[in-house]
Amino acid sequence: MIELPIQQLIFLFLAALAVFAAFNVILQRNPIYSALSLIITMCALAGTFLLLEAQFVAAMQVIVYAGAVMVLFVFVIMLLNVRTEEARQDRVKYLKLVTPLLFVALLAEVFFVARSVTTTPAPLVTPAGEHPFGTVEAIGEAMFSSYLFPFEATSVLILMAMVGALVLARKRTAQEAETLGKIIEDANQPSLAPASPVSELEENKHELAA
Amino acid sequence: MPIDQQSIQFFVGILLKIVIVFVIGLLSPVSMNWVERRALAWMQMRLGPNRTGPFGLLQSIADGIKFAFKEDVVPLATNKWLYIFAPVVAVVPAFMATIVYPLGPKDVPIPFASSINSLVHSISGIELNLSTMDLHVTSFNVGLLYVLAVTSLGVYAIVLAGWASNSKFSLLGGLRSSAQMVSYELSLSLALVGVLLQAGTTDLVKIVEMQQGAYFGFIPKWFVFVFQPLGFFIYLISAIAETNRTPFDLPEAETELVGGFHTEYSSSLKFAMLFMAEYVNMLTVSVLATAMFLGGWSGPFVSQFPLLAPVYFLVKVAFFMFLYIWLRGTLPRLRYDQLMNFGWKFLLPAALLNIFISATIGLFAF
Amino acid sequence: MVPLSWYLALSAALFTIGVAGVLVQRNVISIFMCIELMLNSVNLTLIAFSRFLNQSTGQLFVFIVMAVAAAEAAVGLAIIISVFRNRETLSVDEESLLKL
Repeated sequence: MIELPIQQLIFLFLAALAVFAAFNVILQRNPIYSALSLIITMCALAGTFLLLEAQFVAAMQVIVYAGAVMVLFVFVIMLLNVRTEEARQDRVKYLKLVTPLLFVALLAEVFFVARSVTTTPAPLVTPAGEHPFGTVEAIGEAMFSSYLFPFEATSVLILMAMVGALVLARKRTAQEAETLGKIIEDANQPSLAPASPVSELEENKHELAA
Repeated sequence: MPIDQQSIQFFVGILLKIVIVFVIGLLSPVSMNWVERRALAWMQMRLGPNRTGPFGLLQSIADGIKFAFKEDVVPLATNKWLYIFAPVVAVVPAFMATIVYPLGPKDVPIPFASSINSLVHSISGIELNLSTMDLHVTSFNVGLLYVLAVTSLGVYAIVLAGWASNSKFSLLGGLRSSAQMVSYELSLSLALVGVLLQAGTTDLVKIVEMQQGAYFGFIPKWFVFVFQPLGFFIYLISAIAETNRTPFDLPEAETELVGGFHTEYSSSLKFAMLFMAEYVNMLTVSVLATAMFLGGWSGPFVSQFPLLAPVYFLVKVAFFMFLYIWLRGTLPRLRYDQLMNFGWKFLLPAALLNIFISATIGLFAF
Repeated sequence: MVPLSWYLALSAALFTIGVAGVLVQRNVISIFMCIELMLNSVNLTLIAFSRFLNQSTGQLFVFIVMAVAAAEAAVGLAIIISVFRNRETLSVDEESLLKL
């Protein structure tokens, strides 16, 4: 038996959890199970961030990913009421066969690179007058001084995303729907005509959510 | 790792404190249930439960026993695993948040410490050296973010309960609440940003420490009085929406949705867990309101008698808990589109305005 | 102390699983989740390097990656919803045309 320090044991546990849940994400057919597994992976990763003394980022990981982004995913899955994945007519069957090979190849490649890394952990020394590593203060100071421009650029990006999401997902007005219907008729492709609109109820719900 | 006397004492102390906050968390639904029913009855000129024990005090315990012994029905068409999993997801994050409750200051002298030390020594021969203790389980740099993180996980319980029940009412309740909680979490967090701008830290204990003392001898330095009244009201409103209570209890609106997301949870321990999680979440947002805006444990004579601190703290928290009941007895439920409009078109801009004002004041005043 | 290579290996494994998921899954939402998984594994690498080089720059990168991921999720899900309204399907194979 090799004696492992407690930190390594915790890491191994979290890593096993993360990898197991990640496999579950890609193997489940029901998207809601995939989403739940992904949340577990994210929480496990937040744990490894704590091991790396990145407290602020660990908290943000849970708040942003698990608390907001994944809620959005789950919400959409419920809204579209996707119970199980539809029966699939695979046009790309070869992908299924190629994937495991590619998987193993890629994994071997990166493991080879990872093995050659020998950086040893430097002990954390906080210079006098600076905030300790990974705290809110330290991140905040760096963010609003040396990295102010990327930060502002990100906020513009989020604003654009917000507006974009609203425009994309809003309910169409009657006039727009009519025009759209005409375009589809003109295209004269009955097989591709839109199926019946989502039921009234779900339509309303979505409008409220938006 | 060498294990010495000091670290054992430290771990035992932490464990004891965890047990204490856990018991506070456990007691809150039990006591609140009784207070709520009696007070509501009072407001509506009824009597309320008054048969079990003196003043009906044992009613909640009787209900708890009933929950435990009722047949545990899992409806046939449900998604069984998620159905069982959902109440667990509700309870665990709710109780995880309890460990950062800032009940009192650091380094409070333990009363009769020397006599306890000598008593333990004479009984078991263990050399204790108790002298001071912190009146909170732990305080760390990202305390507030930790609370926000674990409470944001609570939404999955409602969503999963709604999804797994495989019933129309539950699904609608789950959909409603996920949209509602995500929307109001935004204004809740933004309302707290004003306080963070002023305090300059996310450590709850440090935030409370900054609010000690008074201006001119009589205005307490609580953040609700010092530049954050708007933030306080925004926080209060979004906290009520965040915990799905009246007038924002759309996810379980009885008149439209039977029981909302917990329609299929017939009274068993699973329902009890969902119920418990709701009350512990109420406790957590009340604790946050107290710590962030109402000065936490501060009050008269706290610096002389630090053991008064938890008392003040719990009294302030109790005020917020009573406010919940009061609102429930007073206000009718909002319509769902009104709720969403209010959250996005009024509360969110108001919270942004509050941040703007706080930042401007901070620029000139500090 | 956990060696750096362990973190890199975990990150690599997660990233590879994400790539495999994009190839295997045929549901848009699931594919989208696999992309999130890949972003997460990259975050782990950044944080690990930030700790081992003792610089907080990596954590800032992660913060920005998170913001981008949130924006991406909002827009992506909006697109998925509007596509679903028109097509009534989530299978990527059925949605290969850019016109209606």
